[in-house]
Amino acid sequence: MSVQAQPVGGRILTRPFSVLAALFGVAAVLILVRLGLGLGRITAMSDGYPWGLWIAFDVVTGTALACGGYSVALLVYIRNQGAYHPLVRPAVLTSALGYSLAGLGVALDIGRWWNIWRVPVFFWHWNLNSVLLEVALCIMSYTAVLWIELSPVFLEKAEQTNWLGLRRFAARTRPIVEKALLWILALGILLPTMHQSSLGALMLIAGPRLHPLWNTGWLPLLFLLSCIGIGYAAVVFETVLSSWLFKTRPERDMLAGIAAAIVPFSAAYVALRLVDLAIRGQIGALFAFDLFSVLTLLELALTIAATLMLASESRRRRLGDLFRAAMLFMLAGTLYRFDTYLVAFRPGAHWSYFPSVAELLITLGLVAGEIMLYIAIVKVFPILTLEKRHVAYHH
Amino acid sequence: MSRAVPFDPSAVSRRDFVRACTLAAAAVGLSSTAASQIVEAAGKGLKPSVVWLHFQECTGCTESLLRTSHPDVASVILDLVSLDYHETLFAGAGHQAEKALADTIKSQEGKFICVVEGAIPTKDGGIYCQVGGRTAVDILNDVASKAGAIIAIGSCASWGGIPSADPNPTGATGAPQILNTTLKGKTVVTIPGCPANPYNFLGVVLQYATLGTLPKLDELGRPLFAYGRTIHEHCPRRAHFDAGRFANTFGDEGHRQGYCLYKLGCKGPMTHANCSTLAFGEVVDCWPIGIGHPCVGCTEQKVAFRIPMHTTAAIERPVPPDTYPPIHAEQGGISPVATAVAGVIGGALLGAGFVASRKIDKAEADADTPPDTKQGV
Amino acid sequence: MPTHRRTPSRGCKVGITRRTAFRAAIAGAAAAIARPASAATTVMAVPADAVGLLYDTTKCIGCKACVVACREANGLQADTSWSGGLYQAPLDLNEKTKTVVKLYDDGAGHRSFFKAQCMHCVDPACANACMLGAFKKREYGIVSYDVNYCIGCRYCEVACPYGVPKFEWSKASPKMVKCELCNHRLAQGKIPACAEVCPKQAVIYGRREDLLREAKTRIAENPGKYIQKVYGETDGGGTQCLYLSHVPFEQLGLPVLGEQSTPTLQRTIQHSVYKGFAAPIALYGLLSVVMFRNRKSREADAGKGGAA
Repeated sequence: MSVQAQPVGGRILTRPFSVLAALFGVAAVLILVRLGLGLGRITAMSDGYPWGLWIAFDVVTGTALACGGYSVALLVYIRNQGAYHPLVRPAVLTSALGYSLAGLGVALDIGRWWNIWRVPVFFWHWNLNSVLLEVALCIMSYTAVLWIELSPVFLEKAEQTNWLGLRRFAARTRPIVEKALLWILALGILLPTMHQSSLGALMLIAGPRLHPLWNTGWLPLLFLLSCIGIGYAAVVFETVLSSWLFKTRPERDMLAGIAAAIVPFSAAYVALRLVDLAIRGQIGALFAFDLFSVLTLLELALTIAATLMLASESRRRRLGDLFRAAMLFMLAGTLYRFDTYLVAFRPGAHWSYFPSVAELLITLGLVAGEIMLYIAIVKVFPILTLEKRHVAYHH
Repeated sequence: MSRAVPFDPSAVSRRDFVRACTLAAAAVGLSSTAASQIVEAAGKGLKPSVVWLHFQECTGCTESLLRTSHPDVASVILDLVSLDYHETLFAGAGHQAEKALADTIKSQEGKFICVVEGAIPTKDGGIYCQVGGRTAVDILNDVASKAGAIIAIGSCASWGGIPSADPNPTGATGAPQILNTTLKGKTVVTIPGCPANPYNFLGVVLQYATLGTLPKLDELGRPLFAYGRTIHEHCPRRAHFDAGRFANTFGDEGHRQGYCLYKLGCKGPMTHANCSTLAFGEVVDCWPIGIGHPCVGCTEQKVAFRIPMHTTAAIERPVPPDTYPPIHAEQGGISPVATAVAGVIGGALLGAGFVASRKIDKAEADADTPPDTKQGV
Repeated sequence: MPTHRRTPSRGCKVGITRRTAFRAAIAGAAAAIARPASAATTVMAVPADAVGLLYDTTKCIGCKACVVACREANGLQADTSWSGGLYQAPLDLNEKTKTVVKLYDDGAGHRSFFKAQCMHCVDPACANACMLGAFKKREYGIVSYDVNYCIGCRYCEVACPYGVPKFEWSKASPKMVKCELCNHRLAQGKIPACAEVCPKQAVIYGRREDLLREAKTRIAENPGKYIQKVYGETDGGGTQCLYLSHVPFEQLGLPVLGEQSTPTLQRTIQHSVYKGFAAPIALYGLLSVVMFRNRKSREADAGKGGAA
């Protein structure tokens, strides 16, 4: 029954791939413009909104959507649900690419990007009060951990190459990595626990400028619960999508199980949010029906709707419903993060922000680039565990 | 030594004389003790020799100097100095005048003041201005090399003035540009203006005549007491500028009210001069802005006869206006284009996702149908 | 149908089950992370040599000499964008403007000028936020900037409750810009340019304790003239730049802050979780143990030929 992971094969340069490449090309040009002219010229960020789309989406939401590796690792290595093992590699790949994209997003967003190497190196200058420092160090380390976790895949392939030097290197390195894998995997669970919660704590520094509907000491835990759920949803989304695009048969039991795993985290998140709002006396604000209230209600509504869909056993078995529920859940999580970083942050009514066209296009292009890399890698390297669809119907 | 005009010393009272000396001293920023030194020196008859060269000029600067009238300072000052060569004011002419020049520069070598009025043509060997068969360039180099002090009066002598306006067919330049190459190290004081304000000139001459020193100069040789500020920094209409009250066309209400002429092209912000504080013709408001015409920047080489009169000037050192920002000033805005683009992208992604999910539904339904219908890939 | 849930006790000889361990791990992490608001308020002490400014709205005539002097003393360009190149007329603090004079006018007869600049907080949010300490409270309690350790992340701008640090959006090599109390002039024995040039002594410079005493004296000696409070005495943990006003401080744009500084909540949460890095290490240890045991039991099952 167990099928090995194998490359999908096939031509990489397909038409959809070229479309993605074109989008990435546009982004690349705009990135050069940004580097040459500075942030003020092409972004809509300002002194009122010093953080914009690139932080809220590329970094905060992007890493949450890339939490698949983390969530699946929890399931497979902590809860020891070995049946989900085939999902590990694609989830880790998505995570690795997603976190690398987030890193690129950060490098683009900060003003003095050439100084970024100083952050991990100058440890005697570390300000241990800074939550952002912890986030930065954790994300840097976790990205490295993810690629190390993935390295056996590349090393496997490298062992079959014609180039002797590479073959030798791969043959020597792979056993080392595989031996250390347990310790690396443990890091791969510790680190996201730390920084995904800290991404919640980040906005607490805004103090009174953060709207009360989001301004709570429970933000770190809420972000953590949310991201674990989003990780599973992302895995479901990508697995269903991959199997549909590559015309293979998805493992429905596995998918249903992953989908079910979202429910406790999602329920805890919703419960915690509502209880927290009640305790802090913000139920009135929740139903004030101003922009803040409507968005919070929307976040909760989307989350609850998705959770209900996922909680239904029959729905979990239908791929289309599963796909829609996963999308809905990811949307809810994205909205929560956008709201915390861009809507709840109130510099004053005299400031306004909406991402510029260049910001939008760069984000779009970077995501396109990430997808391109995913496609190329799964076609060349043994990541996905596939079974071609055949006639006998499975249940 | 020939005199410029017949002069009757008794025609000037001591009080007028002292007042004139004080005025001139004050103009150059010297103290009242300096004024009394000037009076003393003049009284002792210590009169430095002045050789006044005329080149491509309209004689406006000389006329401006002679138009000082209260008292007849021209007469008085001509008594403070010995005007030994001046083409306009000489009674003599021709060889007689040229001989006076040659004698003076020989006998007073290193002591006389050389005043240059008018630009010096350099094209085609400088033939476009010749006196007594010698080109202006030669005369200048010859006389200046022997002078104790060199003063270029007027914009023409300072940097070329109106003869140097495009296309400058004669290659007209100012005295410093010529002398900086031929007489390195020798200071050339410049008193630009069209015409120059005579008191700026008098202040320099008086200081040199009595104290033997020159006033502090800027990098173009202009005395700082006169050219250290722009007109904009000391303009009587400045309050109107700061409050945003402008004349927009000649004769409109703002113009009649005497509002700021910046929008009519006033070059005050770019022009270093003291016309706003030291009147011409000893009459208040006897200067362009005073009569309602924007400053044309006649002292500045980059402005006068280059930038059109009614083209707006750049502000060199902007300072705060009469208005205040509110506590919370509206800044930034939301681009409708960006909103539209975001809407398109977001809608497309969501739509694509939904469509894909429908297709997945269908693919699943197909896959679940009995085997006799479909063959898998 | 293959089962994909393992029953806890199979092949497992230790008392702690994997499910329990997993739950404990998540619960532990959650509890450690989620220690919210009831944080011990450690109020930071005012440095002994703290200096600052005292601005008195009743004395300010809005001449803006301070704005010009600040620009010249700091070598800044004039912000002429709002006026189309005519005047130095910044609308607010920005990358070219370290101090600005604003006007509050409610149209009903209440007017006041307001000079804005860095407050040099006793517990600055910007310094708390800055990863490598580019913004840090240094000599005399002045919050100064070291560009060498700045990566331009603008977290300080997000953090400051007064919206003081500004980013050089227009530059390809940008810095953060804010008032540093002319510490380059203090080193030469001079005082901040704004205080030096003020013709009415509306803004004065001195040691914070002296300024505070002076402010309170003015309030006591002029009943009815001032709002009965020195802004910055305790607001947001206290600031070194203090304000006396004849109109309510909120009207001047000064936020209503309690006695607790704004970074306190976040810092308390962060430290209670990461105190001595104990929780992460413990969690790592727990995770490693669980994963090790899981692998052992998996290998044992594989050896017995059981289903994966």
